[in-house]
Amino acid sequence: MPEPNGPPTATADPAPEYLVRVEHLKKHFPIMRGIVWQRQVGAVKAVDDISFGIRAGETLGVVGESGCGKSTTGRAILQLQPPSSGRVFLDEVELTGLNESALRRVRPRMQMIFQDSYDSLNPRHSVGRIIMEPMVVQGIMEEADRRSRMAELLDLVGLNLNHAVRYPHEFSGGQRQRINIARALALNPDFIVCDEPISALDVSIQAQVVNLFEDLQRKLGLTYLFIAHDLSMVQHISDRVAVMYLGKVMELADRDDLFDDPLHPYTQSLISAVPVPDPKLERNRRRITLQGEVPSPARPPRGCVFHTRCPLAQEICSEQAPEYREVLPEHFVACHFADRKGGSKISV
Amino acid sequence: MSRILTVKNLVTRFYTFDGVVHALNGVSFHLDHGETLAIVGESGSGKSVTMMSLLHLLPMPPARIEEGEAVFEDDDGPIDLLKLSKPERRRVRGGKIGYIFQDALSALNPVMTVGRQVRESIMEHLSLDQKAARERTIQLLEHVGIPGAKSRYGNYPHQFSGGMRQRVMIAVAIACDPKIVIADEPTTALDVTVQAQIIELTKRIQDELGISVIWITHDLGVVAGIADRVLVMYAGSAVEISPVDRLYEHPQHPYTEGLLAALPRVGAKRGKRLASIKGSPPDLQEPPRHCQFAWRCPYNFDRCWASAPPLFEVGEGHYTKCYYDMDQERPR
Ligand SMILES: Nc1ncnc2c1ncn2[C@@H]1O[C@H](COP(=O)(O)OP(=O)(O)OP(=O)(O)O)[C@@H](O)[C@H]1O
Ligand SMILES: Nc1ncnc2c1ncn2[C@@H]1O[C@H](COP(=O)(O)OP(=O)(O)OP(=O)(O)O)[C@@H](O)[C@H]1O
Ligand code: SF4
Ligand code: SF4
Ligand SMILES: [Mg+2]
Ligand SMILES: [Mg+2]
Repeated sequence: MPEPNGPPTATADPAPEYLVRVEHLKKHFPIMRGIVWQRQVGAVKAVDDISFGIRAGETLGVVGESGCGKSTTGRAILQLQPPSSGRVFLDEVELTGLNESALRRVRPRMQMIFQDSYDSLNPRHSVGRIIMEPMVVQGIMEEADRRSRMAELLDLVGLNLNHAVRYPHEFSGGQRQRINIARALALNPDFIVCDEPISALDVSIQAQVVNLFEDLQRKLGLTYLFIAHDLSMVQHISDRVAVMYLGKVMELADRDDLFDDPLHPYTQSLISAVPVPDPKLERNRRRITLQGEVPSPARPPRGCVFHTRCPLAQEICSEQAPEYREVLPEHFVACHFADRKGGSKISV
Repeated sequence: MSRILTVKNLVTRFYTFDGVVHALNGVSFHLDHGETLAIVGESGSGKSVTMMSLLHLLPMPPARIEEGEAVFEDDDGPIDLLKLSKPERRRVRGGKIGYIFQDALSALNPVMTVGRQVRESIMEHLSLDQKAARERTIQLLEHVGIPGAKSRYGNYPHQFSGGMRQRVMIAVAIACDPKIVIADEPTTALDVTVQAQIIELTKRIQDELGISVIWITHDLGVVAGIADRVLVMYAGSAVEISPVDRLYEHPQHPYTEGLLAALPRVGAKRGKRLASIKGSPPDLQEPPRHCQFAWRCPYNFDRCWASAPPLFEVGEGHYTKCYYDMDQERPR
């Protein structure tokens, strides 16, 4: 995507390919037992060895069913929860292992926007105060500058100065999400993790907010990690898409390649399960129906984590985990059979 | 096709401390034998209140059903659901009319085993003794696809996954041979792969038992896959009713048109903007004196602000509450 007005994203020369890089990231939550003497009896492998990069100015969509580790991935990248292992880079700065004060210096560059726009806004603060809050915390601006920046931000997200004196409960869900976006933009970030930012909104409002995300990206050169479970919205907004299952990335590719020619059996099943808003198409559609539900991430299946539900599973799948690898240029897949032409395609 | 349910001019309000909420402003529709009617609309448009009014599930007060009738064609003649006595309500609700909620966990009793809950519902409506009811429960649980139904009879709701709990809810809903099943967002809390399983199951059961279904959802993809006809709700009114194909090909209410246009299209080009509906739905504290969509409607003209539009018939089985003829591009 051309970025004539984008902020400079790199100091190193030549410009690095990725703005954000994730290498072998893991986040395991210990499972404790016992009342007096707590001991660890296992771990929830919320995120389990994932690697990818996000290019400056692009949107990487992340999809997958509930509990597959999407939010944990977002939080671990931003170091809101320290990863169990693995490395995360923003430009060439390694975030993993930075101490608090160093982390505080890079924090303004990365922000997160959540699904529940109401819970993340303090109900007792006016909208103006909410938006200025990050500037106050960073302590980098004069009061007058903060006010003019606040006005600028309101305008950017389609609100106006009259809204600044009002309180969160006076706004609709879509407007509250605009307030969240304004606050996230306060310190001029270049990377934003959007965690289901439109899931709680009605269809007619979702389109407004998605358009706003796209406009802001174009204007400000933002880079997004866009988490959602609505596949068609992810297809709409993303440049590339990652599909997660039980803490692992199953497939990652350019969005058109992923949706037109999904190579991983799980991606195929997921796309096939999404109902499309066209009655004639729906009637004649042959579906891949997966059996069962997602296993617990505390006890993920051996070998390929998808093998308990995969229609193509062979003996090797329950013994050996497939390698996550570049099967076609820029198209990454974790399935034993993805290299053979049609080898990982489910026929319906 | 013959009617099983005819709802006319349903008006439901809530009398709260902050004022009156005009939740339903004269909703009319019907349901035929064996068909699936989908009710779609945004949050707060009145989908759940419609269903709960019919089933006497609203808290009264604050709720009050002010007007309307809902005629159900029972085996021994028509009855008005809104005028039932307390014991009759219990006979109908969970018996002749089964229902399923979005949140199965809160609909099921957490301290009673799943088997017993299904069994008791059966015994309340059918004259079966405990042993026969137990047999039927196990058959039902098997029928809705619960693996090892016999051994899971004594499990509690929290021991089931979300998808399995929704299957239990379906078992309860169909346990007593209902004529109608009303499902309020039964798959909204589920993952898509599990949603696909539940939709498949519901369709199979509907075919087998010839049940009529009212399926409430806000997902226009789900509607396309399950519905014969669709009722579109906006701010407490049924603004459009149509056979499903016609609705998607030829919407006749500006709100429906806007909703369909706001969906991302499969295979659309990169960078194409979504069409959006400006503004947001009205609050329901005022009774509608004009078209409730007028603030947001690209076609609004003077008549829209003078009175609320009635229901116009615009095709076979196709109705819209709108003064503007979108085909002719002029007021009707
Ligand atoms: N703080 C925590 N302690 C223990 N387990 C956790 C914690 N946070 C997340 N998990 C577990 O890690 C797994 C991944 O959770 P995560 O919230 O990342 O999933 P998700 O993909 O965002 O799901 P959803 O679509 O429901 O938001 C889940 O099994 C979850 O229960
Ligand atoms: N107990 C109540 N007291 C006051 N108002 C109520 C009550 N229950 C519902 N309402 C109001 O009635 C209107 C219709 O609500 P309803 O629950 O039918 O919406 P819905 O279409 O089912 O929305 P959703 O998609 O969010 O489930 C809303 O404005 C709601 O706030
Ligand atoms: S590795 Fe085996 S189980 Fe896993 S997705 Fe491929 S075929 Fe299915
Ligand atoms: S009646 Fe008027 S304002 Fe209402 S939907 Fe029709 S054209 Fe729009
Ligand atoms: Mg999440
Ligand atoms: Mg509802």
